[in-house]
Amino acid sequence: MSERSFTYVGTRPIRHDGLDKVTGRANFGADFALPGMLYGHIVRSPHAHARILAIDTSAAEAMPGVKAVLTGREIPKTDAKIMMAEGGFDLGDMGDNLLAHDKALYQGHAVAAVAATSPEIARAAAERVVVTYERLAPVMNVDQAMAADAPILHEDLVTKGKPLPDAPKRTNVAMRMELRRGDIDKGFAESDLIVEHTFTTPMVHQGYIEPHACVARVGEDGQIVVWASTQGQFIVRDACAGILGVDAAKIKVIPSEIGGGFGGKIPVYLEPIAIVLARKAQRPVKLVMSRDDVFKASGPTSGTRVRMKIGVKQDGTIVAASASLYYEAGAYRGSPAGAGAMCCLASYKVPNFFIEAYDIVVNRPKVAAYRAPGSPSSTFATESVLDEIAHRLGLDPIELRLKNAASEGDQAPYGPKYGPIGLAQVLESAKNHPHWKAPLGPNQGRGIACGFWFNAGFNSSAVVSLSGDGSATVVTGNPDIGGTRVAQALMVSEELGIPVERVRPTVADTDSIGYNDLTGGSRVCYATGMAVIKAADDVRDQLRARAATIWNVKPEQVRWDAGRAVLVEGAGDQPPLTLNELAAKMAHTGGPIVGRAAVNPPMAGPGFAVNICDLEVDKETGVSRVTRFTAIQDVGKAIHPSFVEGQMQGGAAQGIGWALNEEYIYDEEGLMQNAGFLDYRMPVASDLPMIDTVIVEVPNPLHPYGVRGVGEVPIVPPLAAVANAMRDATGIRFTDLPLSPPRVLEALGHD
Amino acid sequence: MAKLHVQTTINGEPTEFLCEPAETLLEVLRNRLNLTGTKEGCATGDCGACSVLLNQRLVPSCLVLAAEVDDKDLLTVEGVATGATLHPVQQKFLEHAALQCGVCTPGFVVAAKALLDRNPNPTEHEVRYWLAGNLCRCTGYDKIVRAVLDAAESMRSVPA
Repeated sequence: MSERSFTYVGTRPIRHDGLDKVTGRANFGADFALPGMLYGHIVRSPHAHARILAIDTSAAEAMPGVKAVLTGREIPKTDAKIMMAEGGFDLGDMGDNLLAHDKALYQGHAVAAVAATSPEIARAAAERVVVTYERLAPVMNVDQAMAADAPILHEDLVTKGKPLPDAPKRTNVAMRMELRRGDIDKGFAESDLIVEHTFTTPMVHQGYIEPHACVARVGEDGQIVVWASTQGQFIVRDACAGILGVDAAKIKVIPSEIGGGFGGKIPVYLEPIAIVLARKAQRPVKLVMSRDDVFKASGPTSGTRVRMKIGVKQDGTIVAASASLYYEAGAYRGSPAGAGAMCCLASYKVPNFFIEAYDIVVNRPKVAAYRAPGSPSSTFATESVLDEIAHRLGLDPIELRLKNAASEGDQAPYGPKYGPIGLAQVLESAKNHPHWKAPLGPNQGRGIACGFWFNAGFNSSAVVSLSGDGSATVVTGNPDIGGTRVAQALMVSEELGIPVERVRPTVADTDSIGYNDLTGGSRVCYATGMAVIKAADDVRDQLRARAATIWNVKPEQVRWDAGRAVLVEGAGDQPPLTLNELAAKMAHTGGPIVGRAAVNPPMAGPGFAVNICDLEVDKETGVSRVTRFTAIQDVGKAIHPSFVEGQMQGGAAQGIGWALNEEYIYDEEGLMQNAGFLDYRMPVASDLPMIDTVIVEVPNPLHPYGVRGVGEVPIVPPLAAVANAMRDATGIRFTDLPLSPPRVLEALGHD
Repeated sequence: MAKLHVQTTINGEPTEFLCEPAETLLEVLRNRLNLTGTKEGCATGDCGACSVLLNQRLVPSCLVLAAEVDDKDLLTVEGVATGATLHPVQQKFLEHAALQCGVCTPGFVVAAKALLDRNPNPTEHEVRYWLAGNLCRCTGYDKIVRAVLDAAESMRSVPA
C-alpha cells in the first residue's frame, strides 16, 4: 500500500457529541420519558435452577395502578434466528432467556413482568406475583456440568460440532470443536522442553456503568417505537421482530447514547417485554435494570478452564502445542469457546497442534460478548506457558516470542493466511521501549504478553449529504460508544477537504439509514468507516460532475483537489470551483447532492498487541498493584489517535481488573454473593498508574486508509502480562485468576 | 403517607418539589425535576455517577433522601458551566478526550470541580484518590486524571 498523506485523519479534534456529555445534556437509555408512561418491573427467579410449576398473577393484577402483567406464556418460543457472520443469534434461546417458559435456569432469570403507574407500584406488584417452583440441583461450573451424574439443564440439548464418540446423549455439552495441524505426537517427541499447566479464569462482567434501559410505545395500529440503549438498533429491531413474530417494518428502534457495552449490550433483555407490556396496557412502558439485575441477569463472559501444553526446542522454537478449552456458556449454548480455540495460538508459528474446545451450559446467566470474546482466557494460558518456557530456558521473553511470531504469509490456526500483520513490529517496539529496560524496585516484577483478535467486517451503510453552504452531514447506524462519530466526520473531511467542524455526524434510527450490523467486533471505524469514505467519494464524484456541467467538459476531465474541483492538465484553464461554490449552485446544476454507500467486507485486518506490566506485591498482605503499564498495538491507521489510545487504556484497565480482582462469587446454592460494585471490585483511579500507549501502524490493505479494528485486542494481553509480572516478583506461577490477596497470600505460604 | 414539600436551591435557582419520604435525591432530580444529567449507575453509592454537591460537599445523590435537601444549596452537572462558558474541567475533558461512552462523565465533572474548589494544586496521587469514588469502565482513568491536572493548571494561571 502506498503511503498516503492525510490532512484531517490523524488529528485530534474535539468530538461532536462531547459538549452534551460534559454538560449532562446527552440522553442515555434511562433518561428518556413519554407522557402517560408506565414503569415496568421484572419478577426474577430466586433460584439457580428450578422448574416453574405455576405463576399466579391475580394479586398483582388486582392492585390499583397496575396496568399489565406478563409471563412467558404470552411470548411463545420461536425457532427464528438472526444470521450474522459470527454465527448469529438463536432467538428461541434469547426469547426463553428474556422470560422463562418451563425452567428458571439461573438466579435472576426473568419469569414475569408488570407495568404500573409508578416504579413503587410496579415493584410492589412484582412482589405479589406468586411463582411456584420445584427446586433442582444447580450446576455451577464445567466440572459439575460434565460429571457423569450431572443435573441436565436442557433435556433436548444436542452436542454440536465434534462430540467424542463415547459422549453421553443426555449432556450439558452444547458444542465440541477441534482444530489440528501436523502431528503433535511427533512434535512433542522432538521437543527439548514441554511445559503444561491448567489455568482457570473466573466469570467476569463487562461492567458498563449504564444499566440496560428502554422505553417502548405501541400504537393502536400496531406500529412499535422503541428507545433503547443498545450496541445495535438493527439487532434490537430484528430480535424483537423475530421473538414477537412481528414484521420488522412495524418496529422503529431509536438508539439512545450508550453508557458502555463492551459486547454486553448486543442481546435484548428488556425490549420485547416492554413492547408486550405496552401493547397490553396501551401506554408507553419504561424498563430499567438495577445494578443487581445487571450482574445477575445480563450477559457476563465465561468462566473457563484451559489446559495448555507447549513443546519447544532448546532455542525456544515452538514445535508442538495441545490445548483443551472448557468454557461456561451460562444457561444457554453459545460461549466463545470456539473463538478462544482459534485465538490461543494465533500469534505464533506452530507446526503441530491439536486444540479441542467445549461449550458447556451451567446455571449462570447466559454469557454475552465481552471485548475479544474468548481470546483473553485462552491467551492467558498460552502466554503464561510461554513465559514459563522463557524462564526455564533462560531466554528473553520478547526474543522467544519474536522467534516464533507469525508474519505475513503464515497460515493462521483458524484457516486463512495472514496478510500484512504487525506482531513483530509491536514486539520490536516493546523491546526498544524504555519501560522494558527500566530498573525494578523491591517486591516488583515485570511481565509481558501478546494478544490477538480477528476484528470483524460485516454490513454497514452510510449517507453523506451536502448542504447549500458547503457543510455536510454523515449518517450511519452504529451507536457511538467511544468516539466513532468524530472518526467518521474526519473521514468525510479527508475525502471532501472540509474542516471537521463543518461535518455533522449522526447515529440514526432504524428507519433513517440502511442496515448496519452492531457496534462490535471492532468493526465501526473499519467497516462503517469504509462505507462513510465511499459515501463521501460518491458526493465528491457528483461534485466533479457538477463542475464538469458548469465548465461544459467531461466529468473525467475534472479532478478533486483539497476541497476544490480542478480541470486536469490540458482540459482548459478555468479557475478551480470550491466545494462551497459548487454547493451553492446545487439547485441549478441537478439538485441535492446525496452520497450513499453500503459495504459488506468479508474480512478485516487482524490485530496484535503486546503489554508490558510492572507489578508490586506486598508480601505481608497479598495486595498487589500495577506500578507501570505500557500497551503497544498495531492499529493499522489511527483516525483519531486520542480515542485509539483510549481504547488501549480502557482495555488494559479491564484486563488488569480481570487479572487482579474481578470474579463472580457463587455459594453452593448457585446464588451470587457479590452482585454490586462494592464487592465486585472493578479498578478505580487510585488502583492504577498512567497507562502508556504506543500506536504502531502497519496499514491494513483491506481498508482505504489502512484501518484495523482497535477496540478489542487491548483486553487480550493484560491477564498474562499481570500474571507473568507476578511470577517475576514472587517466583510463583499462578494459574488461577484473579490474583486476589487471599490467593496470593496462600501461595506465599501464609495462612 | 402524604408527600413532603421541599424548598431548596438547585444550580442557583430557588426550587420546590413534592416527594415521597422514601424517595432519594437522585430519583427526584431525574424523575420529578427532569435533571437527567445526574446518572444512576448502581443506586448503592459505589459508582459516583450520581455525584452532586450538597452545600459544596460532594455526595452520591442516590444515598441522600430528597427531603434532606430542604433549605440546602445543591449543584448538579447542569449547573457546572456558567452560561455559555464551560468550567475548565469540562473544557479539559473535551480537549483530552477524557470520555468515551460519557455516562460517568457528569459524575466525574462534579467530583473534579469539588476537588479543585478546595485544592487548586492537587498532585496526581491526590486526584486519583479523590476520584476513587467514581467508576469509569472505558478510559482506564489516564486521560481523566490528565484532564483534571490540566484544568487545575489552567485555573491557577487565570486569576479568579
